[in-house]
Amino acid sequence: MRRRLAPYLLVLPGGVWLLLFFAVPMVTMLSLSLQQGDIVNGYVFTGHWQTYVDAISAYRTQLVRSLMYGGIATIVLIVVSFPVAYWIAFYGGRRKPTYLLLLLLPFFVSFVLRTISWRYILTDDGFVLGPLKDSGLVGASFHILGTPFAVIAGLVYNFLPFMVLPVYVALERIDPRVVEAARDLYASPATTFRKVIFPLALPGVFAGVLMTFVPASSDYVNSAVLGSSSTTMIGQVIQAQYLTNSDYPTASALSFTLMAVLLIGVFAYARALGTEDVMKVAAR
Amino acid sequence: MPPSPGNLPDPALLRGLTQRRLGRRDALRLSGLSALGMALAACGVEGQGEPAASAPPADAVAKYWTGKTSTKKVDFACWPLYMDPEQPELKKFTEETGIKVNYQEVIQEMAPWFAKVQPQLAANQPIGYDLMVITNGIQFKQFKDSGFLAPLDHSKLPNYAKNAAPAYKEEAFDKGNVYSIPWASGITGIAYDPAKIKRPITKLADLWDPAFKGKVGMFSDTQELGNFGMMVLNIDPDASKADDWKKAAEKLKEQKDKGIIRNYYDQSYIDALGKGEVWITQAWSGDVFQKNVSDGTNFKFVIPEEGGTIWTDNMTIPVTAASPLDAITLMDFFYRTDMAASLAEYINYVTPVPSARDQIRKDAEEASGEDKESLEQVADSPLVFPTEADYARLNYYRDFASAAEQQEYQRIFEPIVLG
Repeated sequence: MRRRLAPYLLVLPGGVWLLLFFAVPMVTMLSLSLQQGDIVNGYVFTGHWQTYVDAISAYRTQLVRSLMYGGIATIVLIVVSFPVAYWIAFYGGRRKPTYLLLLLLPFFVSFVLRTISWRYILTDDGFVLGPLKDSGLVGASFHILGTPFAVIAGLVYNFLPFMVLPVYVALERIDPRVVEAARDLYASPATTFRKVIFPLALPGVFAGVLMTFVPASSDYVNSAVLGSSSTTMIGQVIQAQYLTNSDYPTASALSFTLMAVLLIGVFAYARALGTEDVMKVAAR
Repeated sequence: MPPSPGNLPDPALLRGLTQRRLGRRDALRLSGLSALGMALAACGVEGQGEPAASAPPADAVAKYWTGKTSTKKVDFACWPLYMDPEQPELKKFTEETGIKVNYQEVIQEMAPWFAKVQPQLAANQPIGYDLMVITNGIQFKQFKDSGFLAPLDHSKLPNYAKNAAPAYKEEAFDKGNVYSIPWASGITGIAYDPAKIKRPITKLADLWDPAFKGKVGMFSDTQELGNFGMMVLNIDPDASKADDWKKAAEKLKEQKDKGIIRNYYDQSYIDALGKGEVWITQAWSGDVFQKNVSDGTNFKFVIPEEGGTIWTDNMTIPVTAASPLDAITLMDFFYRTDMAASLAEYINYVTPVPSARDQIRKDAEEASGEDKESLEQVADSPLVFPTEADYARLNYYRDFASAAEQQEYQRIFEPIVLG
């Protein structure tokens, strides 16, 4: 008897945790998104689906912009991270842990603080742009902060380890004999990479994309700190609706919309990559 | 809190359950889903709406203050750049009364502050502060109408009765100062950096000048933003209607779409000005003075030709305060002539205590060199002691007749700030 119950008992703490901190907030949020009213007189559940329509039509631009920034950042991340992970995995030798530690070291400092320090470095009259302006190399009103470039660069910077590490893990697992076999069969280095190494690293890339695209698209810190009013992302809108305007229904409706869009995107992406189950890949 | 008779369930729940649209849904007949439906309906957010809140019952003051005792400690929530960082006034207060003050610059903008403390106050929980300085405007009304502000016992405010200017005893947003007494007033105008802008700035239209593309800052507070949008079109904000708001919103959108705007700021605008991110920005009068004093910058503040706005920041006590008695003692302390003068000398905002002017002049006589000059400037500054003619050029914040009207206003201006 006890043996039969054991697995359930083992699942219990995690299950209760999920129920409390995932299911309950989700149901509350869904309810909130269907309520009407204002903060002084209270919100009342009315099943008002129109909020979704209004919220999406009002903030469509920011939603599309967020997915675009998230997408661009993810592509840049793949391009930047792959060589780094490749080098550590194949040429790192016994210093591999050191290199990985170096990669992670900046992340011992809070990510908001690091983003703010970029603001100090790149600010309009700061120690990078100030001298350039004084010497007349760039115009007086030239700026990096407040541009989409700054926001996307911030996203890439902040999510770098989340791409490097999964790719590294996938590359690290590749049996060197497989690579040797490819060379023995007269594959050029390029072909080896294209036909052997890259396909084997693909699950890592997939996991990396999951871990970067989803949070990058819903991020609001980078745009708030490094961006301007023309780079507002959907996360900022949701944050402002909750914590500035106390417009809970609109904020919740936008959160659900964003979640739905990201879920659909992720599943579509998994389909396009192959028939492998998303969860199975993600769990690797 | 809506009055609910006896054992009836929460009205929010009832309304949720009796909603026709939900009843129609076949799927909901499945017990699991209807349980979800009930769960959804049960998570209503309760408001605190009390229609008669602006005129509390006569015994409210007595009822609130009975049994309140001193804890010898005040937690004070204020804005940045609103006191000398050395806090001489608070030190003096502690010295004289033995009450310790924990002064925190936690308020950067009204709307986020209200959103932050609303859930605790609605649940009748303390917010960790006994005294908070809040601006008249949308959120002041929300605080007041929600019953979040303690009614003040004026018998504990003798200095206020003696020294406050008559104009600051009859402000429209809190008639009779039931819930608040002023901390300072300020003017919203334009600040700019003359090192970057080589011509004098005089009017609101300068904020729309394409020459300053990407270097213009505006406030993210919808009332501040909307007021300037209206005033540049020569619309009087106080008499404005929804159509005027839409016109102003168009004008502000144009400013954004042409890339003239760098960003919409809260209190952080002064930092952006200091770092050269903006060259010209909407600004609060005293901040520029303090920035120049503390950082040695040379920024200029102007009240535009079309006029500026004037607002009042008010000391209030949240109802759930742990130490309201010490808080009201501190409030009255700032109405002593010497304290009001000392505060105005540093922050350079409009003081509600007119006798402070003579005190500042006296302080100037005793001082020497640069200090003397600076103090004389403060005593003569129209930003600290505006004349009748100055007041005539300033607009007050608009009062909204109803929550619906205010929501309409917000819906028009919010999307501009949110990009």
